[in-house]
Amino acid sequence: MDSRHYVIIGNGVSGITFARHLRKGDSQARITVISGESPYFFSRTALMYVYMGQMKWEHTHPYEPHFWKKNRIELLQAWVRTLDFETKTLGLASGETLNYDILVLATGSKPAFFGWPGEDLKGVQGLYTKQDLELMETTTSNGIQRAVIVGGGLIGIEMAEMLTYKKIPVTFLVRESRFWEQVLPEQEASLVQNHIVEHSIDLHLKTELKEILADEQGNVRAVVTSAGEEITCSFVGIATGVIPNVEFLKNTGLSIDKGIQVNSYFESSVPDVYAIGDCAEFEQPPGPGRRTLEQVWYTGRMHGETLAHNFCNQRVRYQPGVWFNSAKFFAIEFQIYGLVSTEPSEMAPYFYWEHRLGKVSFRMELDEAGKIAGVINLGFRLRHEFFDRAIREKWSGQLVIQRLEEGVFDSEFYAPYHLQIQQAFQSQFGLEISIKKRSFLQKIFGARL
Amino acid sequence: MRKSEIIGLILFIVGMSVFTALPFLSSYRLSEAMVRDQVKEEHRDKLAELIQPMYGQSYSSTHAFLRAYSSNFDPYNEELKANQAWDQVIWDDYGFALAKAAMDGPGRTNPWINLGLSIGLIVLGGILFNFRRQGTAHASLAHTGVFHSTLKNRGLLGMLTGTYLILFYVILYWFPAYLASLVWMVEPISQFLSGGPASQWFLYGLVYTLAIGVMGVRMLLKYRDNRYQQLRTASLVFFQTAFAFLIPEVLVLLNKPYFDFKNIWPLDYDFFYDYQLDTFISSGGLGLFMLIWGILLIVLGVPLFTYFYGKRWYCSWVCGCGGLAETVGDGFRHLSDKSLKAWQWERWLIHGVLALAVVMTTLTIVNYFSSFSLLGQVTNQLHSFYGFAIGSAFAGVVGTGFYPLMGNRVWCRFGCPLAAYLGLVQRFKSRFRITTNGGQCISCGNCSTHCEMGIDVRAYAQQGQNIVRSSCVGCGVCASVCPRGVLKLENGPEEGRIHEFPILIGNDSIKLRM
Repeated sequence: MDSRHYVIIGNGVSGITFARHLRKGDSQARITVISGESPYFFSRTALMYVYMGQMKWEHTHPYEPHFWKKNRIELLQAWVRTLDFETKTLGLASGETLNYDILVLATGSKPAFFGWPGEDLKGVQGLYTKQDLELMETTTSNGIQRAVIVGGGLIGIEMAEMLTYKKIPVTFLVRESRFWEQVLPEQEASLVQNHIVEHSIDLHLKTELKEILADEQGNVRAVVTSAGEEITCSFVGIATGVIPNVEFLKNTGLSIDKGIQVNSYFESSVPDVYAIGDCAEFEQPPGPGRRTLEQVWYTGRMHGETLAHNFCNQRVRYQPGVWFNSAKFFAIEFQIYGLVSTEPSEMAPYFYWEHRLGKVSFRMELDEAGKIAGVINLGFRLRHEFFDRAIREKWSGQLVIQRLEEGVFDSEFYAPYHLQIQQAFQSQFGLEISIKKRSFLQKIFGARL
Repeated sequence: MRKSEIIGLILFIVGMSVFTALPFLSSYRLSEAMVRDQVKEEHRDKLAELIQPMYGQSYSSTHAFLRAYSSNFDPYNEELKANQAWDQVIWDDYGFALAKAAMDGPGRTNPWINLGLSIGLIVLGGILFNFRRQGTAHASLAHTGVFHSTLKNRGLLGMLTGTYLILFYVILYWFPAYLASLVWMVEPISQFLSGGPASQWFLYGLVYTLAIGVMGVRMLLKYRDNRYQQLRTASLVFFQTAFAFLIPEVLVLLNKPYFDFKNIWPLDYDFFYDYQLDTFISSGGLGLFMLIWGILLIVLGVPLFTYFYGKRWYCSWVCGCGGLAETVGDGFRHLSDKSLKAWQWERWLIHGVLALAVVMTTLTIVNYFSSFSLLGQVTNQLHSFYGFAIGSAFAGVVGTGFYPLMGNRVWCRFGCPLAAYLGLVQRFKSRFRITTNGGQCISCGNCSTHCEMGIDVRAYAQQGQNIVRSSCVGCGVCASVCPRGVLKLENGPEEGRIHEFPILIGNDSIKLRM
């Protein structure tokens, strides 16, 4: 092993996963992680819980401060301003410089703003960084009569939940005809929308932001929607997606389109410079049904693991397995395993079941041969290992439903939704499923359907 | 706040005020007849003589009464001790018994009214306050705001609550005479249940059981869409009410030994004390059954149930300390320390207490069967040290008084010797584990934050590793609070239970050893 100096820009999940695995495989390497955002790695996914008083800031740290010293990972809180790939030198905002042998860019994303008039006003913001959280805490600490959230995706609904915690009335603008249209089919979206409305959120579908209006002090006063409606508000949350955070890397000679262009080994156009996580854009999608930009927690982690492996062992291509993701919409949990179409088509027959109270649903998409392609479940939990295997081994839909009980990950004594799913599947497809009865104890103590 | 909450809060505060004020409203007048009635035969004449100056005197406060008692009684004992006349020293503390007998005040003259105005209002207010408050959110959303709360995040209200609880325990264990008026207040209930007079322990048991009941209702509402939480809360309330409170009282009514059938040595540290063994042996068939039952729980019950279900079967379904922690203490669970340092302390302390309990009990038993020839009075000194340091100071004052400061499981985590024993079985021979759902963890930290035992659950979950820890009491809150459906309490085959090298699902490029 060598004692090269690895410098990682960004201490999010990709950068830190890379650093940790590099240290595991290479005890000699010098490892430096630079971040201007925060001194320590924190879980970005937990920002909302800090806002809602469910966690404190220090709880977002997956590792205690002594961890970094013990693993000899140097942490540097600084902003990188200049990069010189010729001399392998980074220039920091403080004026200091730093040399690297290997540079790993893990700079993440930033909220996408689309040039709306008034988007720079006080009270308009996205939610991605620690600083965004702090800003949101300050801005919404008092006197907010109404907030408007723009963008029907995961961050949008999180912001809506956060503001609801503070009892701030929320108007939620969604450009598409349904919530999270890129991922959720009609029925699921409708289920989630009902839940959103239940939380007293004023949901506007097919409505875009046109303009943000200011008061005399330069604060938000109102927004104007594509429907021509003017909504009085003093906070606007922009959640119309994220884009790679690569602004400061432009004109450095690095090949950048939407993100930093990399091959399936995370190699950029410049030797010894790599990119992982949200900021990396693959030349080719890394797998069937995958996008060239992968901007979720899990993929960031996998990028980091794989690149670290490549420095310590034989080089391998990044090859993600069966797709999975999860989210939570207020109280309703969402999981997806495999690939599920958002629009019905002849090519993709599906089975859909929804619980009578409209809080739990299960969808399984099949291919033309009746093999499982993917599932989406809302309001109950499914076992990753089970569905990863079923999809990988191309189980028939019938087999999956037959063995569904093994695939349920709900807590003990929960309502046995799988029984209803099995019955529904049986009657819809006319296939024989042997349905196991609940045990005596479950019948007495378990939750009712 | 809604109207019902405000009314509930007001009732609760009035009740607490009456409860706190009652001890200050009592006066004392002692007579020789009372002393003769309350004091053991061997001390009767001496004590009656010593405190003679107190007879007929009126004392307007507990403090004045106790001071007079000490000034008359203490010099006698001091002198004996100075002369090393140990066997003549009066070790018994008659302060409480005499204070209770000599007391006059509203708690004694109007017990029912005062009971209603204090504990009654506290119960009513507590239920009213929690009924609507917990009645709206889903279980998985029920943890918001705990760090914005002055009570639940070591704010002023938290500090005041902690101080109040600590003071209550200090008074209960070492200055019970101050509680005389409150004890009189519950006298009718004690007479009804056991046919005997109430002691400070009866008062404590009643308050404890009611607290678990009221806050148990709160738990049922808070977790009304989580059947696991509901069942174990109902179980805790049941075992406290029936096994810890009612059955022992009824046994006394039937002239049988006071016995809690669910309390297990070494938590029940005096189970093998000489006077206990004497009681069992002298109480016929039932006494013998109690002895055998208690031993069976230790040698068979704990290993078997823990093998099949993990230590949760006891700690978060049956135990009285667990009952209080999971109901009254629920709002403080996130205050437990998650640091590695705390874990190091935990392992030394809890296993240290277990070792101490084992040594003490072994000596006691050896001593008992050798008719006290071997070690004489050494065991008594050990007993009083253990009773003071572990039984009272650690389990009571720190264990419960520190809820608002260090979380609701301080005793269970750092001190309980039975938890240590259950934990050893759970760690090395059990089917219980918390399973991690493949690669779904997002490291958010909700599980670790809300773990009352201070386990860094996330450290396991984020590397796809099953959580197998001796301290886990299986409360199930990590699974409930997880926003991504990652955690599940399971009993399953021992094989593959402990992942030395877990693999996170989802990345086909490499097979990682975490």
